[in-house]
Amino acid sequence: MQNPNNPSKSNAGETVIQLSDLVTDISVPAIQVKDLSFYYGTLKVLQGVNLDFRQNQVTAMIGPSGCGKSTLLKALNRIGELESKIKIDGKVEFFGQDIYGSNVNINRLRSQIGMVFQKPNPFPTSIYDNIVYGVRISGQSKSREELDETVETALKGSALWNEVKDKLKKSALGLSGGQQQRLCIARSLAVRPKVLLMDEPCSALDPISTLKIEELIQELRNTLTIVIVTHNMQQASRVSDYTAFFNTDESRIGKMVEYNQTAKIFTNASNSATRDYVAGLFG
Amino acid sequence: MSDQTQGSELIELTQPLPGIRANFSKAMTVLAFALTGLALVPLGAVLFEIFFKGLPYLTLEVLTSLPAAVGEQDVRNGFANAILGTLLMVGVASLGAIPFGVMAGIYLSEFGKEQPKTAGYIRFATRILSSVPSIVVGVFAYGVIVARIGGFSALAGAFALGTIMLPIVTLTSEEALKLIPTSVRQASAALGGNRFQTTFRIVVSAALPGITTGVLLAVARVSGETAPLLFTALSSQDWPQGLLTPAPSLAVLIYQYSTSAFPEQNRLAWTAASVLLILVIIVNVASRLVTRDRLSAR
Repeated sequence: MQNPNNPSKSNAGETVIQLSDLVTDISVPAIQVKDLSFYYGTLKVLQGVNLDFRQNQVTAMIGPSGCGKSTLLKALNRIGELESKIKIDGKVEFFGQDIYGSNVNINRLRSQIGMVFQKPNPFPTSIYDNIVYGVRISGQSKSREELDETVETALKGSALWNEVKDKLKKSALGLSGGQQQRLCIARSLAVRPKVLLMDEPCSALDPISTLKIEELIQELRNTLTIVIVTHNMQQASRVSDYTAFFNTDESRIGKMVEYNQTAKIFTNASNSATRDYVAGLFG
Repeated sequence: MSDQTQGSELIELTQPLPGIRANFSKAMTVLAFALTGLALVPLGAVLFEIFFKGLPYLTLEVLTSLPAAVGEQDVRNGFANAILGTLLMVGVASLGAIPFGVMAGIYLSEFGKEQPKTAGYIRFATRILSSVPSIVVGVFAYGVIVARIGGFSALAGAFALGTIMLPIVTLTSEEALKLIPTSVRQASAALGGNRFQTTFRIVVSAALPGITTGVLLAVARVSGETAPLLFTALSSQDWPQGLLTPAPSLAVLIYQYSTSAFPEQNRLAWTAASVLLILVIIVNVASRLVTRDRLSAR
């Protein structure tokens, strides 16, 4: 499928004021990470990351375990704060808005930046209820028909509709792992986010399910900005447009080593560590 | 490498136990079964004795009539008022204890992590409360309500029963809520759900079968409590007259009738014990069914 939104570097960061203009101007990054350092408590895990996530592109974050790529992903929708006390230096901007600003409504932020987790985590309710949950809590009162339509659109969007259309009222826990993961994607799509974060979404899945999710990512990139963390380098090279390579040293502080178009990272990386990693020499 | 492989010998995987160990193993198996059986003997004996002595007199009349005066012949005799009194007091106790208990459980499980000290104190106090002897709770209710109002009342009885229920409901609710995986909470948050929505729409509703089980067990536990009621609700020979007068209850009726000098009252005590036991078994089975539904849904 041809991506209509060709990435062009022209007129980035011009005098853009209206939020809607930012979204329509495809050259504006969806998320900008500016000199971000990240701490769990007092333990520094990431230092000085500068990274732009381009609109309607798939950006992969790769690197060995403990390099901070998942931490950075969880910093983008502030979900890491649920688990532990965190501190940041620097900025993360979502279409120009500082997401760590003092009066940011964290729930609005998360409804704009959806997330798919490593392990499928459907709610222990019906398939239907899984999908309408996000719509219901957003406070929009919708009619039965509108909800039905939302469910159908979301499930079609995640290529699950044909498999589950006859059992929408059945428990989501009865689905296979791959179906559950696509349900989780559908659930995120239903709240119409601008960005979808994926934290190793295929690591708990079999190869066939993985393939389906990867195809889905290719579909979704037409309308969504996707950030994916993966341990699987083939996956990164297959699905992503841009790749950021993270690494760590003896200090155990993660840094971004290199960022470029995926093809460049995998064939012609400028950093020797990146070359070694994508060649499978470590990690 | 190949030298080592060739040098090693293939051994038999089956090796018979030496005679003494084989016999020891058998003896221990028999012993384990025997002790399990022995442990079940008291349960069986209690059930058998109560039902054997109580069920023959269990008639509709007993379940629907007021107690007759001793010595009166050909008068309807029963303890319907005590059944009603028990239901009334357990009901009122539940109305108070369940909301507070479940809320406290939600606090401990969902919000306790942010205030570990406060939550720790509350959990500790709840554990202590759950092991306070019920007669002490009775004295407490006497001091708080009976002494103030100036008389025994169903309300005081319900208060005592509720005090016993509260820690059971709190602790079982906390456990039920903690069983819900964190990933589900994260999923809700990632969809833009705030704490209230995540807690009530997702976590509590997922834990509802577990919470219900805890509530039902607490109900079963207090419906047989006697000591706290002696200090609070006392008893009465009449129908329960509202919350501010003494009320009859099965437990107290059993206590009074079983120590009575009149054989017909002794017989009714056995019957009342059967009825109470049946009620408790029903509640327990109900809680089992709720739990099993949850398991099969997974």
